[in-house]
Amino acid sequence: MTTEASAPDIDLRGSRTRLRRERRVHRLFFGAAVTSILISLLIIGSLAGEAWRFISTVDLSSLWDLGWFPRRGMFDLKTVLVGTLLIALVAMAVATPLGLGAAVYLSEYARPRARRWLKPILEVLAGIPSVVLGYFALTWISPNLVMRLNPQAGVFNMAAAGIGVGILVTPLVASVTEDAMRAVPHALREASYGLGARKATTVTRVVFPAAASGIVASLILGLSRAIGETMVVAMAAGAVGGSLFEVNIFQPGQTMTAAMSALAIGSDQVAGSTNAFQSLFFLGLLLFLMTLALNVISERFVRKVREKY
Amino acid sequence: MATRTPLPSTGELVRRSIQGRRFSWADFAFPASLLLALLFSLLFLATLLVDVFVKAWSALSGRGWSVVTSSLSLNAETAGLWQSIMGSLGLTVVVAVIAFPIGIGAAVYLEEYAPDNRLTRFINTNIRNLAGVPSIVYGILGFTIFVRFVRAVGAGGGVAGQNLLAGGLTLAALVLPIVIITAAEALRAVPAAIREAGFGVGATRWEVIRHHVVPYAAPGILTGTVLTLARAFGETAPLLLVGAATGFFSVGSAGLLQKATGPYTALPVTIFSWARQPGADFRSLTAAAIVVLLVLMLTANAAAIILRNRFERKW
Repeated sequence: MTTEASAPDIDLRGSRTRLRRERRVHRLFFGAAVTSILISLLIIGSLAGEAWRFISTVDLSSLWDLGWFPRRGMFDLKTVLVGTLLIALVAMAVATPLGLGAAVYLSEYARPRARRWLKPILEVLAGIPSVVLGYFALTWISPNLVMRLNPQAGVFNMAAAGIGVGILVTPLVASVTEDAMRAVPHALREASYGLGARKATTVTRVVFPAAASGIVASLILGLSRAIGETMVVAMAAGAVGGSLFEVNIFQPGQTMTAAMSALAIGSDQVAGSTNAFQSLFFLGLLLFLMTLALNVISERFVRKVREKY
Repeated sequence: MATRTPLPSTGELVRRSIQGRRFSWADFAFPASLLLALLFSLLFLATLLVDVFVKAWSALSGRGWSVVTSSLSLNAETAGLWQSIMGSLGLTVVVAVIAFPIGIGAAVYLEEYAPDNRLTRFINTNIRNLAGVPSIVYGILGFTIFVRFVRAVGAGGGVAGQNLLAGGLTLAALVLPIVIITAAEALRAVPAAIREAGFGVGATRWEVIRHHVVPYAAPGILTGTVLTLARAFGETAPLLLVGAATGFFSVGSAGLLQKATGPYTALPVTIFSWARQPGADFRSLTAAAIVVLLVLMLTANAAAIILRNRFERKW
């Protein structure tokens, strides 16, 4: 065959137009991926500038005052920080048992059929918008749970908001925990059964410790979400314009996010007059740094699980 | 003479000690309490749905479809959701047009092209961290950057850039990391053999991606993106900062362009502002608005789940 003899003449580099298109597409997709970095930079830029303007113009003594009343120039940080912490703690007190329990049941006990039904319902709960849970916290949780528990509580209180946030965080905690528990190899469970351990013993003494870092990650992630949650708190915790320093969860209180949304709604009244509106950016920066720190820590724990198995 | 009960055989003893079901409370109570935790969270969901429907009933039965078709108003008897629903749909369109191409493109880059170097790892970490940034912080991004951007390109309209376009851009930035993460997961699930077969017959990387990888990953990507759209649809906090109207406004007979650049609101924002109105009328109307929101969102979710089950591929 004479045609085969001329094989060395075949150009193996492929057509030029195809290669050119290949490079163009590559560059386009790279640009899309870099957009995410651009967004991060823009977020930091938009927060830092105004936050710095706030810090450099504010009277520093007003950061430690009777309460958070930005329109009267009282920017008491401990009010919003303690409020945020209290609501996040109530939320985690709800979400930890519910989320972990649901996750352990789904991953270790539920039959595949039951799992096929229960998991999507939990996903629906995860998809409920926070504004709906805010309404629910205000009109159902507050009168039917909190005010029955403590008759002195008002309609607006931090406990109801915290429970609402907790319900919102539960599916997140459940799904991350379940992933961590399912990542534990079956060999560990079988070894435990082989030694004669019961199911409950296997779950609590073998699977749970093996998945511990993933479970810690889920709780930290839940805490971060609880701190950043806005609408439930803005609707159910009261204190729209401002709040006195308060440590009683059965009283209205203010969180960083609720303070920000209150400033945002009333922005036309306060813009330009004092530095009240700038405090929004300062709170935003604080919130951003806090949640970022928590997310980075949680990421560490998740990586530990991945390295182990 | 003492009567001696005969000893059971050795085999019987062994069988008893292995199979002997001594009832243990721990064995029963532990899974029961776990199930209780799960049912408790589902009970909250059920209570929420029932409670909202019961509260919405007086508005829905008394007003019928006019709750959906009327315009916003300060009067609870005539107030409706038309502008809010249209605003939310408009926002969703902007989000889909902007976030999906960029998000899917970024996912394709990270899964198919990116070398394993420091930059790629940084991008990945950055995306995961962006996904955890509270939504109200994205509102600040929208307020300082996107509103100005919309004004700068001359689409500010009568509201100095605090319009549907800026709101849509804000929500697009908010859901972008989630789109990237879900699309990347779907791409990762496509077996390497598919790609290798493509390269084996001489296709370029882009040709393999376009004709093989993306079509196989499409159901997963689609499900993920529909769920993301539903999330954007229910988001409230960032829109409060980007000027979604919490009061009432009228657009009259404005054209499409004026509507897109003029004042706007969204369904969840309307729920928020109605929930703050006093009076039993508005309480029922708020519940009715929540019913509308949930029906729209759950329809989208159900569609996504059906799509996933229908096109799910087992390798």
